[in-house]
Amino acid sequence: MSSTKEVAARLREAFNSGKTRTAEFRLKQLKAMLNLMKENEGALLEALKKDLRKPNFESIISEVLFTKNEIVCAINNLTEWMKPEYVEKTLVTKLDTCFIKKEPFGVALIIGPWNYPIQLVLTPFIGAVAAGNCAILKPSEVSPNSSQLLSELLPKYLDKDCFAVVCGGVKETTELLEEKFDYIFFTGGTHVGKIIMTAAAKHLTPVSLELGGKNPCYVDKSCDINNTAHRIAWARFLNMGQTCIAPDYVLCTKAVREELVPALINCLEEFYGKNPQESEDLGRIINEKHFNRLKALLSSGKVAVGGQTDEKDKYIAPTVLVDVKETDPVMQEEIFGPILPIVDVENIDEAIAFMNRHEKPLALYVYSADNKVVKDVLERTSSGGFCSNDCIMQMTLFFLAFWRSWR
Amino acid sequence: MDQMKNTVGKARAAFNSRKACSLEFRKQQLQALRRLLTENEDRIADALHKDLNKNKLDTQVFEIMGLEGEIALLLEKLTEWAAPRPVERNLLTLMDEVYIQPEPLGVVLIIGAWNYPFLISLQPLLGAIAAGNAVVLKPSEVSENSAALIKELIPKYLDKDLYQVVCGGVAETTELLKEKFDHIMYTGNSTVGKIVMEAAAKHLTPVTLELGGKSPCYIDKNVDIDTVCRRIAWGKFTNCGQTCIAPDYILCDKSIHEKVIERLKETIKEFYGEDPKKSPDYCRIISTHHFKRILSLLEGSKVAYGGQYDEASCYIAPTILTDVSPTSKVMKEEIFGPLLPILTVNNVDEAIQFINQRDKPLALYAFCHDKKVLKKIVAETSSGGVTANDTMIHFTISTLPFGGVGNSGMGAYHGKFSFDTFSHHRACLIKSLKMETVNKVRYPPGSPEKVKWIKRLITKQVNFGKLGLVFIGLLGALLAVLMKVLLLH
Repeated sequence: MSSTKEVAARLREAFNSGKTRTAEFRLKQLKAMLNLMKENEGALLEALKKDLRKPNFESIISEVLFTKNEIVCAINNLTEWMKPEYVEKTLVTKLDTCFIKKEPFGVALIIGPWNYPIQLVLTPFIGAVAAGNCAILKPSEVSPNSSQLLSELLPKYLDKDCFAVVCGGVKETTELLEEKFDYIFFTGGTHVGKIIMTAAAKHLTPVSLELGGKNPCYVDKSCDINNTAHRIAWARFLNMGQTCIAPDYVLCTKAVREELVPALINCLEEFYGKNPQESEDLGRIINEKHFNRLKALLSSGKVAVGGQTDEKDKYIAPTVLVDVKETDPVMQEEIFGPILPIVDVENIDEAIAFMNRHEKPLALYVYSADNKVVKDVLERTSSGGFCSNDCIMQMTLFFLAFWRSWR
Repeated sequence: MDQMKNTVGKARAAFNSRKACSLEFRKQQLQALRRLLTENEDRIADALHKDLNKNKLDTQVFEIMGLEGEIALLLEKLTEWAAPRPVERNLLTLMDEVYIQPEPLGVVLIIGAWNYPFLISLQPLLGAIAAGNAVVLKPSEVSENSAALIKELIPKYLDKDLYQVVCGGVAETTELLKEKFDHIMYTGNSTVGKIVMEAAAKHLTPVTLELGGKSPCYIDKNVDIDTVCRRIAWGKFTNCGQTCIAPDYILCDKSIHEKVIERLKETIKEFYGEDPKKSPDYCRIISTHHFKRILSLLEGSKVAYGGQYDEASCYIAPTILTDVSPTSKVMKEEIFGPLLPILTVNNVDEAIQFINQRDKPLALYAFCHDKKVLKKIVAETSSGGVTANDTMIHFTISTLPFGGVGNSGMGAYHGKFSFDTFSHHRACLIKSLKMETVNKVRYPPGSPEKVKWIKRLITKQVNFGKLGLVFIGLLGALLAVLMKVLLLH
C-alpha cells in the first residue's frame, strides 16, 4: 500500500522539479530506451518465448523492431513536436502572438496487456516520455517473464526518479488506481476499461483506452483469392490469434467461401507445414483460462481445417470454421485466438448490415479489387481503423493516429 | 424514465438513417441555427435579462456574436475539415492511400451551463452538428428562462429527430446519463464533472469536461496600472463575475499593491457609477443559493471597496478584498462572483510557487512588460489557457483550443477543435492486392534472410534528414524489385 503511494509521490516530486521539461533530458531517456532494446534483444526474445512461445521471427518484427522504430521516430521528431504551434489570429489580435503550447500532463500511468507485452506497454510509454511526463509502467502479470524483465531493465537505463515499473495483478492495480494520475493509458479488455475509467473519474484524470472487439473482414468476389488468403491467414494466426487488430471473422458469399477455404488450407500448410504443432513459427495460447475459453468456441459451426488441441502444450491448431451462425458462441465475444469463423452472406448490403448490428470494432477489413466496394464499406460502417486488401498494416504507420474504438 | 429512452432512441434512429452524413444537410442546419439567432434576438435578450439581468448589448457581445462567428467559420470550412486528411507513408505503403477520415461519433449529449446559457449550450451544438452527429441538448435548469426558450426554438428551426432538447434538473440529468451516448460534453463544476465521467465510464463514452478553477492574475511591477486595472475589472465584473475564465484573484507585486487597489476602485466607478445597483450594465447573481455562497466567502478578509448586497434582487456590489489569507474561504473555492481578492508577492517566483501549489486553473493571466518574465511564467506553470496582458481574450480566438487541464477539465473545443472533438478520426489504409512479393517476407516460415529484408525495409534510423527519406524511398523501390527477382529463384 505505502510502496505504491511512495512511488507515485516520488515521481510527482520529480515532475514538479521540472527536470523532464527540457528536450535534452527527454532525448537522453529516449536514447537510453533505444540502447535498452539494442543491448537486450536476446533477453527480450527469451522472455517472450517463455510467456507466449512467441517465435523469434514474430518477436523481432512485432515487438523489438516496432518498438525501436517508435523510439527513433520520437527522437527524430521531438524538437519539432515540442515547438509551439502558431495559429491564425483575429483582427483584434493581429499584433499579438497566438500559439498552442504543448505541455506534459504530469505523472502518467501506463497499464500494458499480455499479448504484445513489450511493444504495447513501451509504445505509449515512449510517447509519455517524449511529451515530458513522468510515468509508472504496470506491465501485465499474465505475461510474467516479460514484466519481470522490464522491471529489471528499465531502472538500469532510465532516470529512477521519473520512471518506475510496478508489477502485480488486480490488487496492485487497484491500489495504483486510488492514486491521482494526470493521465492513464490502458490497453486491454472492455470490462477492465470501464473499471479504469470509473477510477479515473474520481480524480478527473483523462484516459486513453485501447480496447478490442470483433474485427470483421469482408471478402468480395473480385479479389485475388490467393493473395487474400495469405494476408488474412497471416494476420489471423500471428501470435496465435492473440492480436487486438487481427481479423476476427470473415463475411463472404457461399461462392467466395468455396474458393477461400481451400486457399486458406494451402496457406496454412505453406506457413506451418503439415503438422502446425511442430512448426517453430507458431506461438501458444497465453494460459489455461484462455485455452479453455477458446476450446469451447470450437464447437460453433463446422471445422473446415484444424480443430486439434493439446491442453498441456496450450496449443490450438489454426482453425477455420464454416457454417457459422450469428448466434453461435464464437460470434458472441472477441475470439483472440487461432480460430477464423466464416459467416455466409448473400451480398455486400447484408455484410454491412451485419457489421453495423455489432459494436464498433477496433479494425475493419475489406478485400476487393473494386474500389467502389471498398469505399462503400468504408462509408457505411465505423471502426477504429480500416484497411483494404490487407490486415494489421495500418498499425505500422506511425503518422496514422492509432485511434481507439471505444468499444 | 421511458421518456429519456425514447428521446435518445429517436436521435439514434435519426442518426442511423444517415441523413446527417451529407455536408449539405449539415450546412442547412447551421444556416437554420443562424436564422434562429437573428430572428429571435429580442426574445433571447429578454430571457437573459430575466435570468441574469444581462443587458441587450452584453447579450449581443457575449452570447450571440460568438455563435454567429462560429457558424460562419463552420460553413466556410466544413468541406475542408470533413475531407480525408492524407498522412505521411512508410516504405511498405508508398503505393497506397493512407489518410485519416473524420467521421461522426453518433449521438452526442451536451449539458449546458447557466452563466452564458445560449453560448455554452449552442456553441458545442454547432460543432456536433457540423461533425454529422445527432444531439441531445440539456440546457441548465438554473437559467430557466433561457432553457425554456431554447426548448421552444430548437425544434422550430432544426431537424426534430436529430436534435432534441431535454429540460430538467438533477433527476432528469441522472436519468439521461443512464443512456448510452457516443460523446458527452459537460460544462460546469468539477463535482458534477466527476459524476458525468463516472456515468460515461459505464458505456465507455468519451467526455469533454469544461470545468473551472481559480484563475490567477499576476501583476508585475512596472506596468501601466491604469490599463491593467481596466482589463482586469472588465474580465472580473462582466456577468457579475460569473465567468469560468474570469480572473479569480490577483497576485501583485508588493510595491504596487496600493496603486492597484486605488485604480481598481476608480475603474469600477468608471464602469458602473457610484452605485452599481443602478447601472444597466451590471448583472445579478443567478440565484439565492449562489448569492449566499458568495457572501459567505467574505469571511476573514477586509473589504477595501464595495461589499454592499441586496438579497431580494440577488445583488452583490463589485468588491475588492485585501488582507486575504491564502487559507481563507475565498481562496479555497472558485469564487464565480464579483469578489476580487488581492494578495501580494515579493517577486514572480513567489507568484509561480503560489500558483503551482494549487489545482491547474482554466485560465492564467499575467501582466508584465518583460517578455522573458512572461515566458518564464508560461514555462513554469500550467493552465487550460493563458492570456498575457489582458483577460479572457484567448477565448475569442477560434484557432486556439478552449479547454481545461487537470481539475479544470479535459478536452477542448471552438472552431476546428469542436469539429475534431465530435468526430472519430478513423485510420484508413487502402491497399491493392498486388505487390504480394513484398508481403512474402512477413509470412512464415521465418528465416534469418527474411528478418534481414524486413529490417532493411522498415528500420528507421536516427536523424535521417528529409533528403535521406527521399533516398530511402528510391532505395525501397529498388529493393522491392530486387526481392522479386531473388525470391522467385
